[in-house]
Amino acid sequence: MDSKQCNNISREDLLMRIREIQFLVIDFNLFLDNHPQEKQVLNEYNKATKQLISLKKMYEVKFGVLTNFGYSTSQYPWTWINEPWPWENGI
Amino acid sequence: MWAYEKILEYPIKITHKDVKFAKFLFSQYGGPDGELSTALRYLNQRYTMPTMQTKALLTDIGTEELAHLEIIATMIYQLLKDATPEELSQAGLGGYYAQHDHAPFYLDSSGVPWTAAYIGTLGEPIADLYDDLAAEQKSRATYQYLINLTDDLDIKDILRFLLEREIVHFQRFKEAIAELQTLKSKQ
Repeated sequence: MDSKQCNNISREDLLMRIREIQFLVIDFNLFLDNHPQEKQVLNEYNKATKQLISLKKMYEVKFGVLTNFGYSTSQYPWTWINEPWPWENGI
Repeated sequence: MWAYEKILEYPIKITHKDVKFAKFLFSQYGGPDGELSTALRYLNQRYTMPTMQTKALLTDIGTEELAHLEIIATMIYQLLKDATPEELSQAGLGGYYAQHDHAPFYLDSSGVPWTAAYIGTLGEPIADLYDDLAAEQKSRATYQYLINLTDDLDIKDILRFLLEREIVHFQRFKEAIAELQTLKSKQ
């Protein structure tokens, strides 16, 4: 997904895209914990992670930070406190 | 250090209140085989794991279980959100409301509070990893019972996701045990 496509995407759809890639990353991660020498899986992990980082960046520019504590920079004013929180709308 | 992300691991679409099912769901919140138990079990056992692989695995599965705890809390929160005190009382949650209003709390589906006695850490990696295999199977079975207790397709879908994750965790723990036993036999 390039940044132009991202301009039209809804918050919910972008979060869904992030969630799909994040799921892959989590699953590869657990597998790699047991099989650190599996080069092909590691390549897949790195590929998905790069995609995840860029999707999150797109999201954060548009809708505010997903993480705090120095994992991403915030626009003014501090966006970490923006609602809704995940439990409030289920996304 | 842990970091929080403002995203659920699986999306939750709850369109109407369902006090009765929320009560059942507490089994996976503060129940003996619920997500709080699994998260705290793994995150506590990791300190005495003997290999690079097992230290990482317990940390990561424990962390994913915290994300599942959040999913369960979100479901309970949303299923109870618009319920009146009368509705809560009719579903057997009148006593719950008197103590917690609409807030989620660490109880099982019969109202029994969570206790550390549900979980174990022997400090011996094979014993602890077998405990983890059992924990995953008990959690999987509980998800199956919860699926049997509802006709709501959206809720079933979320529970199936969580059930499948328990199966994946079970597989990873099984691999970890096999690896440790191979190492042991070489010693």
